[in-house]
Amino acid sequence: MDNLILKVCTKVLFTPIILFGLYVQFHGDFGPGGGFQAGVIVAAAFILYAMVFSVEDCKVIMPPKLNFFLLALGAFLYGFVGIIGLILGDPYLSYDVLGTTKEAGQHIGILLVEFGVGLTVCNVMISLFYSFANFNFGKKNND
Amino acid sequence: MIDQIFGVWNYWIVFILMMIGLYIVISKKSLLKKIVGLAIFQTSVFLLYITFGKIAGGTAPILTDNVNEIYSNPLPHVLILTAIVVGVATTALGLALTVRINKAYGTINEDEISASDLVEYHEKYLEDK
Amino acid sequence: MMPFIIKNLPILIVITPLMFSLIVAVLNNNRLAWTLSTFASFLTMIFTIFLCFEVSYKSNISYYLGNWPPPLGIEYVIDRISIIPIMIVSVIGLIATLFAHNFFTLEIDEKLVSKTYSLWLLTIAGLIGLITTADAFNLFVFLEISSLSAVALVALGSKVDRKALVAGYNYLILGAVGATFYVIGVGLLYGVTGTLNMGDLAQKIPALGLNKSVIVAFTFMMLGIMVKAAVFPLHIWLPNAYAYAPSPVSVLLAATATKVSIYIIVRISYTIFGSSYEIYSFESLRYILLYLAILAMFAGTIMAIFEKDVKKLLAHSSVAQIGYIVLGISLATSPGIASSFIHLINHALIKAGLFMSIVAMGYYTLKRIDVKTIAGLGRQLPITFFSFVICALSLAGLPLTVGFISKLYLIKAAYMSEGIWLPFLILVSSALSLIYIWKLIEGLWYSKKSLKIEKIRELPEIYLPLLVITFLNIYFGIDAGLIIDNSFIASDALMSGIR
Repeated sequence: MDNLILKVCTKVLFTPIILFGLYVQFHGDFGPGGGFQAGVIVAAAFILYAMVFSVEDCKVIMPPKLNFFLLALGAFLYGFVGIIGLILGDPYLSYDVLGTTKEAGQHIGILLVEFGVGLTVCNVMISLFYSFANFNFGKKNND
Repeated sequence: MIDQIFGVWNYWIVFILMMIGLYIVISKKSLLKKIVGLAIFQTSVFLLYITFGKIAGGTAPILTDNVNEIYSNPLPHVLILTAIVVGVATTALGLALTVRINKAYGTINEDEISASDLVEYHEKYLEDK
Repeated sequence: MMPFIIKNLPILIVITPLMFSLIVAVLNNNRLAWTLSTFASFLTMIFTIFLCFEVSYKSNISYYLGNWPPPLGIEYVIDRISIIPIMIVSVIGLIATLFAHNFFTLEIDEKLVSKTYSLWLLTIAGLIGLITTADAFNLFVFLEISSLSAVALVALGSKVDRKALVAGYNYLILGAVGATFYVIGVGLLYGVTGTLNMGDLAQKIPALGLNKSVIVAFTFMMLGIMVKAAVFPLHIWLPNAYAYAPSPVSVLLAATATKVSIYIIVRISYTIFGSSYEIYSFESLRYILLYLAILAMFAGTIMAIFEKDVKKLLAHSSVAQIGYIVLGISLATSPGIASSFIHLINHALIKAGLFMSIVAMGYYTLKRIDVKTIAGLGRQLPITFFSFVICALSLAGLPLTVGFISKLYLIKAAYMSEGIWLPFLILVSSALSLIYIWKLIEGLWYSKKSLKIEKIRELPEIYLPLLVITFLNIYFGIDAGLIIDNSFIASDALMSGIR
C-alpha cells in the first residue's frame, strides 16, 4: 500500500494508540479497563502498522521471537505473582502480603497481574495476526 | 400470554441464536462455516449469562459514594470475559486448523476431504497388492 | 520448606506443570525442553504422592485460592475420590513424558518440539486442575485448557499423516460444543442458585424442589461432559484423534483424558446432584447410561475386530472399555462405582502399556502401523513384544493381570444389582475382545515378516517406562489391595453424599 496519507497518519497515530492502551491498562484499578482491553488496543497499533506498511516492517519493530517470548512472559508474570504470595506464607494468588497493608498489597498484586494479562493478550493478538497474515492461502502442497 | 413471550425477549434471542449456531455446526459442509456457527453458538451463551447478571434499574458495578445504588451482578460479566477468551482461543485454533487443512487437501469441504482420503486409501491398497 | 509444601499441595500439583510449560515454550533446545518437562512431571508426581499420604489421614483437604473463602472464591478440594484420577494423571504423565522424547524428535518438526512439550505440560496441568477444582465454572476453564492443548497436540501429527488435521478439527468442534453445553448448564444452575461452588450447589439444589431449570441444567452438563468422555454415541471424535496423533500423545490422551471426564460425570451426578437424588431420581438417566454402556461395549469391540490400523483398533477398544467404566457408574450402587474406579485405574495402565509397546514397534514403519506392516516384528523385538502381550492379555482379563481384577469386580457388582443377564453380556464382549487381541498377537509373532527394514533393534531408551507399566500391570493383578481398598473408600464416600 503506497499511500502517503495513510503512512503519515499511521506514524502519527501509532504512539497515541499505545499511550491510550497504557491508560486503559493502568486505569483498570479504579474503573473500566484492564489488561484484556489494553492488550487488544496496543496490539491494534501494531496490526495497523503491519497493514499500512507491511508485515515484514512490523516484524522489524516486533520480531516474532520477541513476540513469543513476551507472550510467555506475561502469563509467567501472572503465575509468578501468585507464587510470591505462596512463598510469603499465604495461599496462591493471595496479594495481601505483597504490600505493607492489605489494600496496598491487593493494589500491587492486581497491578502486576493485569500487566501480565495485558502483555499476554497483546502478544497473542500480534502472533495470531502474524500467523494468518503471511500465510500462503489457496496453494496446495503436501507437507 | 404476551408478557410470557415478549417479556422475556432476551431469552428468546439467546435460544434462537443458540439453535442457529448449532444448526450451522451440524449441517454445513464447509469447515469455515462450522467455526462461524460455533462462534454464534458460544455468543448466545454469553448473552444468556449477561441476562442473568442484569438487575432492573441497576448501573455498572463501580464503587461510588452512593451506598444505596442498585448495581448489576458483576460476576457473570467476569465469567463471560473468561469465556470470551476461551472462545477466541477456540476460533483461532479452528481457523489455524482450517488453513492447514486447506493447504494439505486443497479444499475445506468436508465431503471433498473424505473423498480425497478415500482415494488415498485405495491407492495405498492397490500399492500393497 | 516441608510445611510450606504440605500446606500448598493442592495448588502445587496444578501450577508446577503450568509454570514449567511457560518456561519450556521459550526454549530452543529440544533436549533441555524434554529434561525440564520430565522434571516438572516428576515434581508433580512427588507432590501427588505427598498428597496421597496427606489425604489418607485428613480425608478432605480444601484450599482457598487467594484466601477468598467459598462460595465467593474458588476452592480446590482433594478428597478420597479425587485423589484416584489425580494419581492416574500424574503417574501416566511422568511415564509418558519419559517415553516421549524419541518419538517427538522423529514425528514433529524440529522447530516445534519445545512448543510441543509446552502444550504437553499444559494438557497435564489442565487435566489435574479439572480434577482438583470444586468450582463449576473454573472446571470449564480447565476443560478448555486441556482440550485445546490436546487438539493442538493431535493436529501436530500432520507431519506423518495429514488426516491428523481433520481428526484434530473434529475433536475441536465436538469438544467445543460439549464444553459450551456444559457452560449452558452451569449458567442455568447459577441463575437459580446464585453460586458456582460444587459443595454449595449440592446444599442449595434440594431446596428448589422440582425445578425445570435444574433438570435442564443437569441434562446440559451431563451431555457436554459425555461428549468429552466419549460415551458411546458421542465417541465419533475419539478413534481418529487417537489414531493420527503423534505416538506419545496417543499414550497420554488414551490413558488420561477420557478418564478425567468420566470422573467429572461421577462428580456431577453424585456430588452436585447427589443430595437431591430423590427429587431428580437418577433412575431414568441410570438406565440410559446402562444401555449406552452395553452398546458401547459391543460396538467398540466389533469395530476393533474389523479395523486394520492398529492405533485405531486400540482406540475403538478404548470406546468399549469406557463402556465398562460407565456401566459401573450406571449401576448406582457402591460396589458398582467402586468397580468403575478400579477399571478407571486399570484401563489407564493397560492402554498406556498397549499404546507404548505398539508405537515402539511402529517406530520403524512410522507412517501406518497396520496389521500387515508390523507382521513378524514381535520376534525381532522380544522385550517390547513381551510388554505388549502382558498388556493385551490384561485387556482381555486374564487372571494375574489387572484386567482380571476389574472384570471380576464389575461382574460381581452387575450380578448383585441387575441379575444374571448383565454379567453374561460382559463376558460375551470380553470374549469378543479376545478376537482382536489374538489378531494382533498372531500378526506380530506367527506371521512372516512382510516389511524389509534394515537393522531393526530394540529401543533401550523406552525400556524404563514400558517395563514399569508392564510391571504395574502384573503387580496390581496379584496384589490389588491398594486399588480395591481405595476404590471402595471413594465409592462409599460418594454414596454417602446421596440422601
